[in-house]
Amino acid sequence: MVVQTLTEKILEVNDLSVNYESSQGTVHALDSVSVTIEPHSLTAIVGESGSGKSTLGLAIIGLLPVPPAKSIVGKVLYKGVNLLELNKEEMRRYRGTEIAMIFQEPITSLNPVYKIGTQIEEAIAIRDSRNARKSANSEHSEIKSRDKREEIIASLKMVRIPDSESVADRYPFELSGGMRQRVMIAMALAQKPSLLLADEPTTALDVTTQAEVLRLMRNLMDEVDTSILLITHDLAVASQVADRIAVMYGGQVVEEAEVNELFSQPMHPYTNGLLSCIPAGSKKKARLKPIQGNVLDLRETYNYCKFAPRCPHVMDKCWKTKPDLQTLRAEHRVACYLYE
Amino acid sequence: MSSNKNLLETQEVKTYFILRGSMLRKRKYVRAVDSVSITVGSGETVAVVGESGCGKTTLARTILLLTHPTAGSIRFLGEEAVRSKKYYKNVQIVFQDPDSALDPTMRIEDIVAEPLMGLSELTKEEIDSKITQVMKEVGLGNDILRRVARQLSGGQKQRVNIARAIVNEPKLVILDEPTSALDASVQAQILNLLLDLQTTHGLSYLIITHNISVAEYLSDRIYVMYAGGIVEQGPTDEVIKKPRHPYTIALLSSAPIPDPKRRNLLRTEIAGEPPSAIDPPAGCRFNPRCKFAKEICHVKEPSLDPLSQHRFVACHFVSETA
Repeated sequence: MVVQTLTEKILEVNDLSVNYESSQGTVHALDSVSVTIEPHSLTAIVGESGSGKSTLGLAIIGLLPVPPAKSIVGKVLYKGVNLLELNKEEMRRYRGTEIAMIFQEPITSLNPVYKIGTQIEEAIAIRDSRNARKSANSEHSEIKSRDKREEIIASLKMVRIPDSESVADRYPFELSGGMRQRVMIAMALAQKPSLLLADEPTTALDVTTQAEVLRLMRNLMDEVDTSILLITHDLAVASQVADRIAVMYGGQVVEEAEVNELFSQPMHPYTNGLLSCIPAGSKKKARLKPIQGNVLDLRETYNYCKFAPRCPHVMDKCWKTKPDLQTLRAEHRVACYLYE
Repeated sequence: MSSNKNLLETQEVKTYFILRGSMLRKRKYVRAVDSVSITVGSGETVAVVGESGCGKTTLARTILLLTHPTAGSIRFLGEEAVRSKKYYKNVQIVFQDPDSALDPTMRIEDIVAEPLMGLSELTKEEIDSKITQVMKEVGLGNDILRRVARQLSGGQKQRVNIARAIVNEPKLVILDEPTSALDASVQAQILNLLLDLQTTHGLSYLIITHNISVAEYLSDRIYVMYAGGIVEQGPTDEVIKKPRHPYTIALLSSAPIPDPKRRNLLRTEIAGEPPSAIDPPAGCRFNPRCKFAKEICHVKEPSLDPLSQHRFVACHFVSETA
């Protein structure tokens, strides 16, 4: 039995490294990543493709495919318990119940041959059976079918699905992308998890639908009392909903700060580069300043700063050793030698 | 007529698809594009913005005659557009997904050369020198000419697609979501490239996109499309600064801006989803989602009326949205 330490953090990822084995060599997907999630907050992980952001999400919830994932080193502390030390059976008690996850394409997460209501019912049933096991009190586990139906409708209403009675009797293909993602959120939150991982939950959606789903997620944080880890490629989306942002590059967190702090004082050259890449206003005003060069080859091992080849401020030192993530201002961490 | 100034002009173009399984007597149609009139002037960049299903890509395909219009006309330099070498020499497209737009079995060299072989009568040497030149212009070295698409990165693939589109020196290039499959840093490179090519070649662009910031950045004029029709049009800066159609207002406020101090996204008030293109609502197609909607909006379809010389809005209550 792991001793429960009293801690205010929901999640603490410490020095997490993950490698993938591929036919072309070992890919270093995560390289000593440390992230913390406070209770009742929305933390965004922002990065481009290949930054390791999705690997981080899968590693937290214990869904990394092994193989190709090979070595998973470090700590994932959920309320003080290191999830990486749990066996499959123990992990199952956390996954879905304590930590839930939603993905980019809700259609691939829903079973096409079952009605929406049936699928939500399953999520509720799993929660109840786990609760029953936990409290060793079986008298409450037998919920009448009418109550079940009411609970299904209630969870659809919770995610603001209009006409929820009839939606419960429909199949996934009969719903729009935005509605499907709401159903996924309803299923994830039916378990009343303390942490919701959302991997690009709105990338496949239109902007007006995206706005609705993000607003819903933000509101549900209060209603369900959960924290959210939002994985996204879109710095603008993160700026709109997150409390804290961690920027990832090449499998590392290069900068991490409170959202207003990050946008008023971006410090890492990569964060600055990302910000100046976002077109704002008209071409008549200013040309965009893209980040030069290409994305990293993660099969290499780097003993220098991974951003050095693309950095406009690169110095001799950057080629010699790797900068550590250090706290430079209140609640603002940066991995860059510019600030030493 | 002043229409000669226009490079491209569509007049009330309709593209309907027959709904499979509908009865012959009661044919049902998907009204993907429903009476769309747009113009693109010489050297101009025009954006068509809208969400998925609004018909913007079908409009692009119709302009290229890849899909035949059900009604209406498409004119290029004053002449009716027909599938001809001449038309395709002048009008080209860059597709959204750089991956599926490139033949995986062809070498890059052959992909870029193909339009030259089909549409012009150049010698082998002339073709080779044109390819070298265009590759340089899109920022690619000659070393990739002998590779195939899968050996390239996403950004490189889109550069190849752009090279293929401009190699024959067309007058108009249609850009269908040119950067939506790309990472932010690569998107910025491609947008800069598009601006450079426009300057050097005097190109006109018709950009089809859901990305407001890309449309705002590149375009001079903008058309906002909803459920198959244009709901608002005008100079880009005016429309962005002061949108007047309730849909444009909602669309713009839903677009995330990279500024945590202005959290527009959490305050937008648009609910619901776009209507079915098979049975669109009577009257204004936006009425089920519109907070200004009154009786007339359920009955009468608003026409695209002028607000000022260049600004048009299709809304019965445009005076209330100011």
